[in-house]
Amino acid sequence: MKRVRLHSLNDFAEWRLAARGLLLAGTPPEEVIWEDPASAVDLFAEPEERPPDVAARAVGVVPPRFIELAEAAVCHREAMRFGLCYRLLFRLQKDRALIEVRSDPDISKLYRLASEVRRDSHKMKAFVRFREDEDRFAAWFEPDHYTLERTAPFFVRRFASMQWAIFTPYRSAAWNGDELMFGDGTRKEDAPRGDAMEEVWRTYFASIFNPARLKVSMMKSEMPVKYWRNLPEATLIPSLIRGAKEAEAEMVARAATIPPVRHQRAEARKLAPEEVAEITSLAAARAAVQGCRRCPLHEYATQAVFGEGPQNAEVMFVGEQPGDQEDLAGKPFVGPAGQIFDKALDTVGIDRRRVYVTNAVKHFKFEPRGKKRIHQRPNVGEIQACRFWVNLEREFVRPKLIVAMGATAVQSLMGKAASISSLRGKKLELPDGGTLLVTVHPSYLLRLPDREKAAEELKHFEADLRAVKAFIDRRGDEVRSGGAVTERVSPADR
Amino acid sequence: MQLTLQRKLAILADAAKYDASCASSGTEKRDSLKGGIGSTEGSGICHSYAPDGRCISLLKLLLTNFCVYDCAYCVNRSSSNVERARFGVEEVVALTLDFYRRNYIEGLFLSSGIIRSPDYTMEEMVRVARTLRLEHGFRGYIHLKIIPNASPELLAEAALHADRLSTNIELPTDASLATLAPEKAPSAIRTAMAHIEGKREESRPDGKLENGKQKPTVLAPAGQSTQMIVGADATDDSGILKRSASLYAGYGLKRVYYSAFSPIPDASSKLPPQPPPLMREHRLYQADWLMRFYGFDAEEIAVEGGFLDLRIDPKLAWAVAHRELFPLDVNRADREMLLRVPGLGVSSVNGILAARRHHRLRLEDVARLCASAKKVRPFIVADDWTPGASLDDSKLKARLTAEPAQLSLF
Repeated sequence: MKRVRLHSLNDFAEWRLAARGLLLAGTPPEEVIWEDPASAVDLFAEPEERPPDVAARAVGVVPPRFIELAEAAVCHREAMRFGLCYRLLFRLQKDRALIEVRSDPDISKLYRLASEVRRDSHKMKAFVRFREDEDRFAAWFEPDHYTLERTAPFFVRRFASMQWAIFTPYRSAAWNGDELMFGDGTRKEDAPRGDAMEEVWRTYFASIFNPARLKVSMMKSEMPVKYWRNLPEATLIPSLIRGAKEAEAEMVARAATIPPVRHQRAEARKLAPEEVAEITSLAAARAAVQGCRRCPLHEYATQAVFGEGPQNAEVMFVGEQPGDQEDLAGKPFVGPAGQIFDKALDTVGIDRRRVYVTNAVKHFKFEPRGKKRIHQRPNVGEIQACRFWVNLEREFVRPKLIVAMGATAVQSLMGKAASISSLRGKKLELPDGGTLLVTVHPSYLLRLPDREKAAEELKHFEADLRAVKAFIDRRGDEVRSGGAVTERVSPADR
Repeated sequence: MQLTLQRKLAILADAAKYDASCASSGTEKRDSLKGGIGSTEGSGICHSYAPDGRCISLLKLLLTNFCVYDCAYCVNRSSSNVERARFGVEEVVALTLDFYRRNYIEGLFLSSGIIRSPDYTMEEMVRVARTLRLEHGFRGYIHLKIIPNASPELLAEAALHADRLSTNIELPTDASLATLAPEKAPSAIRTAMAHIEGKREESRPDGKLENGKQKPTVLAPAGQSTQMIVGADATDDSGILKRSASLYAGYGLKRVYYSAFSPIPDASSKLPPQPPPLMREHRLYQADWLMRFYGFDAEEIAVEGGFLDLRIDPKLAWAVAHRELFPLDVNRADREMLLRVPGLGVSSVNGILAARRHHRLRLEDVARLCASAKKVRPFIVADDWTPGASLDDSKLKARLTAEPAQLSLF
């Protein structure tokens, strides 16, 4: 049997040095007795056989995870911690994968010790209460394990500009603004007795508590009673619990009272709610669409996305509905389909700033899937409900040519479903006036997996846009020659 | 009459306590080794717990509880007769620093009643954050409430100083909001969330962290959250979860907080006379967790038009309703299905997947990897264990339902 008596309660480096010596000598774990300063001294025990200090070089290899866990575990109060770590070190030499087997009793124990130490350290970060003492802050704390050394650097990072000290029964730590120093353990009496701010803190503690939700067991599991004696706010807990029922009953009993005069005056200043005014301009329609409840799509969309472009535009493009990015930005055709659209307009030489771009449906329809929203096609009812807004846009913009992009736009503008292929390339007269041109939705081009087919379809789309461009040019010529156009002087909408 | 600082604190902390969030986690790492005061290290710290079981991590305050809005569920609505107070910017800054130096808090959570205008109110709140950050070098955590309709410049500055921003969705449906909070526009609330998320993503640095995760954004690195009041309107749990799913999907929210509508002094007559059971709120949090970490869809958890079972947790309820999928062989089942076993958490599942690469798992191995073997046992097959016919037991649900103690509301 070998006895190793360590000088420190929780010094990983000291244990590692000793363990290296044992490992080098091939000492099996069951032949080592580990002792630390807290162990009872056995007067009749064999004399210590401390292995020779091995130079600070490694004698074996272990997974980094083991070091991490063992560094925490040696701070545990349980006497078996050093023996457990050595046993695992020994076993890991033969089977390095052992560290992954958390179902192994030794590994499971190592995890438990490390996790209890981390919790203890976390509670120290939480429950240390500094008291101001002249120009220094000092606290008394009673950890369950030997965790001051591994926790003090946290307080350095947080309170580097303050001078502070933390006293515990086994050790003390002090920071003077430059250096962290450790000293012997102290007694509670050596720490400052109070701080005027504690009364203010207690006021906060009592006020933030909601007596209607009393849940004492929850409080106790997260803030065990053993910590209460060093928490200034804890003196209030018994009376808060006792008074909770009464306080809740009083809150409920204080039923509605007459509103204060200030509120009544403010109410009187508010105008009587106007009847929903008739929408008499494009700007008014743009404002009103945010309150639209004509179909359920408003419920989950961010906002309504109204059309964009000059009010005197000759051409109006109508797409399907805003997508994810349009919904977030509040602007039509800014997402991936919008980029294809912009590029195609650019290719054929149409200036997007001179056309009006909108959608048949103003709210984004989607299914949530984790962190993504998956686009869904609007149904006939939703398209029908939103014709109200499309019609207003047509009424105020009065475009000479409307370009329906995709089946939803066709459905909205023609009032019935129709296949795009049968209508494409023809100039159609709309029942309520105006000329309609039908093409595909730019997102269709995005979805084609075959590159050749995609290139072909893009050409076709651009050809459709060239017809639009020709129309715009022709109109321009007519206007310049004082031709058929009735001049409408309407200010740009935006 | 001039109120003392302590009286103001009592009023404005009392007014802030209906906001459930107190999280201080998930932000970037900072310290004060090169000046200033404070640090944040990723995981949040709860510095105390009130007897309501809620964590106290931040100094949670309203700048003022004067408010021009009249939201029926709110203790600070303009028609209420609660005592009113207003903090000066410097008062909040000093209080935050005094508490912080004594290690009482991780930082500040500042909200406010709306006075004058959204911009005026937001500007005051931003001033507090700006003073803490720029004049005092405060490196602790700051959570600011966003006032919908405040100008984009103010939202951008708020995002620059704050770790987390939140805009409360308040109620699960637009119709309920119109009834109970007539001055609030649902599209304005969601547009504020969308705007902030867009700015945050723009500010995200390229590259990844050592652990392979994305680097935190420069603006509001701890992201956005929101709060929904439960039980003040008639929306059922499936409607609530559907709302949450759409918020997580749309704005990358970190958390949706559920707050069981709580009796408030001087309550509006528009509210239901009885608060919902606190257990309902608890079940919603569990369901929310299942959506975010366990791969469940909102529809799977609470069937359309339905409420969550108050007696058993939603994961167990799902398993009992789908008992034909169990028992599951822990030595073979894939991760996705293991996550659906009642009693197995994410860390237990990781442990099982790692351990079974090295040896076949027996029941005692599983027991070492999870919190309660008793709960898991009926749903799994291990090397030395099959649950037999216990899954077919018509009393399965009753047996798995915990003692009545768990059913009480306290």
